[in-house]
Amino acid sequence: MSDEDNLEVTRHRAIVFDDVHLAFDRNQVLRGVSFELLRGETKAIFGVAGTGKTLLLKLALGLIKPDAGHVWVLGYDVTAMKEEELFELRRKLGMVFQESALFDSLTVKENVAYRFIEEGIPEEEVHQKVLEVLRFVEMEETVDMFPAELSGGMRRRVAIARAIITEPEVLLYDSPTAGLDPITSTTIVELMVKQRDVFHTSALVVSHRLQDAFTMATHHFDREQNHMEPIPPGSAIETNTSFLILREGKVIFDGRAPELTGARDEYIREYIS
Amino acid sequence: MEIASPTEIAKGMVLAVQEYSVLAARSLSDAFRRPRYFADWMQQADTIGVGSLPIVVLTGYFTGAVLALQTSATLSRFGSLSLTGQVVALSMVRELGPVLTGLMVAGRNSSGMASELGSMKVTEQIDAMRALGTDPIKKLVVPRVLATIVMLFFLTIISDLLGLTGGSFVSSLLLHLDTTQYWSTAWQALHFEDVMMGLIKPLFFGFILSSVGCYYGLSTRGGTQGVGRSTTQAVVASSVLILVVDFFITRVLMFFLE
Repeated sequence: MSDEDNLEVTRHRAIVFDDVHLAFDRNQVLRGVSFELLRGETKAIFGVAGTGKTLLLKLALGLIKPDAGHVWVLGYDVTAMKEEELFELRRKLGMVFQESALFDSLTVKENVAYRFIEEGIPEEEVHQKVLEVLRFVEMEETVDMFPAELSGGMRRRVAIARAIITEPEVLLYDSPTAGLDPITSTTIVELMVKQRDVFHTSALVVSHRLQDAFTMATHHFDREQNHMEPIPPGSAIETNTSFLILREGKVIFDGRAPELTGARDEYIREYIS
Repeated sequence: MEIASPTEIAKGMVLAVQEYSVLAARSLSDAFRRPRYFADWMQQADTIGVGSLPIVVLTGYFTGAVLALQTSATLSRFGSLSLTGQVVALSMVRELGPVLTGLMVAGRNSSGMASELGSMKVTEQIDAMRALGTDPIKKLVVPRVLATIVMLFFLTIISDLLGLTGGSFVSSLLLHLDTTQYWSTAWQALHFEDVMMGLIKPLFFGFILSSVGCYYGLSTRGGTQGVGRSTTQAVVASSVLILVVDFFITRVLMFFLE
């Protein structure tokens, strides 16, 4: 493919991984990973620990570079971009880190407004936007608190608020429900569904919990009820959520929920059982 | 535990030198590139400069005092006790002021930088900063390096002055020397090249201790244990580097100034 063809193909996709290889020392972690995330699509990535799920998110952000292959994000080949150029692109992306990665010396407000403060946006405007986005994640009352004063689930919600405040085109979630109790996990999943159905943001979700992804694939956000609801049988509502499974550095499954439940591969059947 | 081969150890060392060199070069060149974080520069100047003042004051004062005490024993044997001020002035301004201030500030701030940045690294805050479109070198490293260079310069001057004051105190109270004579010989002993040498050194020492502290912080791995390791390594490496570089700078400056 020429560069122009590449640009044409990747422009209509949020993220494209093209034969990506990555090794650390002698450990080959990714062995030719290829997949696409369409605009507006949510893709949940699964695999046992150490298969390189989080690495996919870091590669998409350009935080690390692959040994071979290409990663296209919003039409840009991040593998060929310099760090300076990547800072501009990253402003269109949002990342929710596994342990939230909130700045512990800043308040919730300063964390959520970090990008706006960096861009020198007036205080009044920043305050309004922070309250709006904290209301979205139902964390309005924590605005002046420090991350250390919040529970794990609350920190995760603040991290989501920080990621979505700039209305990014792509969201990257790294194990957003890891280590949380079932009720808090459902709250986080509901937030991701809300973000998907209200703003139609493309998303890559790394997870260990299949039930979270199935919930996302089988539920939609009801704006009138302000609540996540199961999709009734026979409904035309499209959740645009797919599944990707990694095994030993390779993609062994990439498809929708019905295809996953009907898969005949022994490893996949064992994984989803 | 797997034992690394000598080749791998050598490669690791070369890589560390390469990474440090890149960081050190960027910490200076990025100071001229936007965005510039003036608020962070000022905050670091306050933390490093004002925060280090008590230890620098105490170190400088008592170093000058003990220098006067020690040299007086030797000088009195030759009947040259009146030269005490001269000895204290030359030793403090040319050597002890810059080096001891550098070492004290390294102990306090190089470790502080390594632990602060190391904690941010292991909790993914550095990655989060990059993901949010901020360059950690411009935001975290440049303010620390520039603030240390500027503040160590002034801290060294304060240390020199307090060293001379400590020497004066000992000379008048314990050695019963005339204070005016002490300050007069101290003043006359100092030439342009002595003062220049004493003022150029802290610029290098400030750069070394801050860039080494930031390097160890940003290359931290392995959780809280890794943060502890980085902190120790930063203090050891910056202190040793200050002493080694001091020798070479002294040699070069003697060649150019004298």
